[in-house]
Amino acid sequence: MGVGILVEDLNAWYGTNHTLQDINLHIPANHATALIGPSGCGKSTFVRCLNRMHETNPIARATGIVKMGEVDIYKDASPVEIRRRVGMVFQRPNPFPTMSIYDNVASGLKLNGFRNRRILDETVERSLKQSALWEEVKDDLKKKSGASLSGGQQQRMCIARALAVDPEVLLMDEPASALDPVSTSKIEDLIFQLKSQYTIVIVTHNMQQAARVAENTGFFLNGKMVEFDSTHKIFTNPKDKRTEDYITGRFG
Amino acid sequence: MDFQTRSMRMNNSRRTATNYFVSGLSVLATILVIIPLVAILFYLVYKGASSLNLAFFTHAPAPVGEAGGGMANSIVGSGIILALASLMGIPIGIAAGVYLAEFGRGKPFATAVRFTADVLNGVPSIVMGISVFTLLVKGRHFSALAGGVALAIMMIPTITRTTEEMLATVPHAIREAALGLGVPKWRTAISVSLRTASPGIITGCMLAFARVAGETAPLLFTAFGNQFWSLKLNEPIAALPLQIYVYAISPYDEWHRLAWAGSLVLIVMIMVSVTLVRIFANRGVLKGGS
Repeated sequence: MGVGILVEDLNAWYGTNHTLQDINLHIPANHATALIGPSGCGKSTFVRCLNRMHETNPIARATGIVKMGEVDIYKDASPVEIRRRVGMVFQRPNPFPTMSIYDNVASGLKLNGFRNRRILDETVERSLKQSALWEEVKDDLKKKSGASLSGGQQQRMCIARALAVDPEVLLMDEPASALDPVSTSKIEDLIFQLKSQYTIVIVTHNMQQAARVAENTGFFLNGKMVEFDSTHKIFTNPKDKRTEDYITGRFG
Repeated sequence: MDFQTRSMRMNNSRRTATNYFVSGLSVLATILVIIPLVAILFYLVYKGASSLNLAFFTHAPAPVGEAGGGMANSIVGSGIILALASLMGIPIGIAAGVYLAEFGRGKPFATAVRFTADVLNGVPSIVMGISVFTLLVKGRHFSALAGGVALAIMMIPTITRTTEEMLATVPHAIREAALGLGVPKWRTAISVSLRTASPGIITGCMLAFARVAGETAPLLFTAFGNQFWSLKLNEPIAALPLQIYVYAISPYDEWHRLAWAGSLVLIVMIMVSVTLVRIFANRGVLKGGS
């Protein structure tokens, strides 16, 4: 089951560049939340702060409070623990090239020392079914390299890999922007099904996509969150002039 | 319009000519690279093959004036020294490379290590021999272990720098994938980055191995050489390059022939071990598409 995320006064920097400024936001559990905004507005930085990936860059830092359920992820837990509870899917599919499909999906468990064959088998099957890839790959799970799949299949494998560690939150940073329309619609269908079990945060440049999959949408601009509301409200009757300009395409 | 088509056609034939010229040059260069290797191999077979017999592989050298004898003790001795050198040099070299690429990025200490490795790589092998002599041999005695240490020190900088460079080619996205799954950084470095870069790192280790396998100078004051059988690590031990050296500078024709045979065996041993490692390393590796 997913958990809600509460963000209070979140600030983030890359070196001296203040990329996120005073973000306050409540992301409800078991819903999909879309983040939109022009390139460089901080939405990717924002999701990377939600699983503490932000700080893997030596010049990056963040301050503020991010609560996953009851846990303050910057105070009560290590980055490694947090990342096991918060799955992440990246913009470009990033399979482990030396691993089979099976090992890719099982990697989160295996690399953390989990060895029980029966449970690994079950987890791989469950995750691949959840990501709607099982039927396409079930016959060559251990024969084929994860990198030999098509781009869309790779991305669904990466989603399966993230789901295999049984996270509560799934962060997706433009998960379909490198994919063709058919693969994109498959990913969107997936998001639709997965959000009953996971809290999903999806960064997207595609506003139709935000409208299709997400209950709530946040609009980011220049490191600030301009507006956060139900997706319907944002796209039909935004409060802020800048939001309206952006969604109607009258921007820069 | 007419002018344009004509000029395009001219350009086209010029492009084709340039293309042939450049491809021709690279084929020529390739042939020039292969010639010395093939020539050396043929010459070694021509000079050395006739002296190869069973005794060569089963006997220690015969005393001066006696016919027969072989280099069996040198072949085994070289094997022992190289095994020692690899056991020490490969793990240390790879570990240092992992540090440089995965943990030391931008740190002054890493820059110092990188610089040291590059300088160490350029240190003449005879100097390495004298240094290890002073450290491990002086006051004690010549030993197989000292020879192994000398060769290991020569292997380390090559392996370290290749490991670092190969790890640098692993896309950052793959590390992020592992970190994003809650895999600790050290585990990501070993099980993901190192594993992804392993083909290149194995090549680096093989290059380092092949290079030190033929080294003579670092062994002169360390392993020293031995005319008799010895498998003890703390005693002087025979090695093929040393034996070749001793035979080659001797005044006897019979020994000259044995030196040629020894050289042939040394080259074949290096080629076989490098090939075996490659076959072994490629087994079980899933070929990625794209």
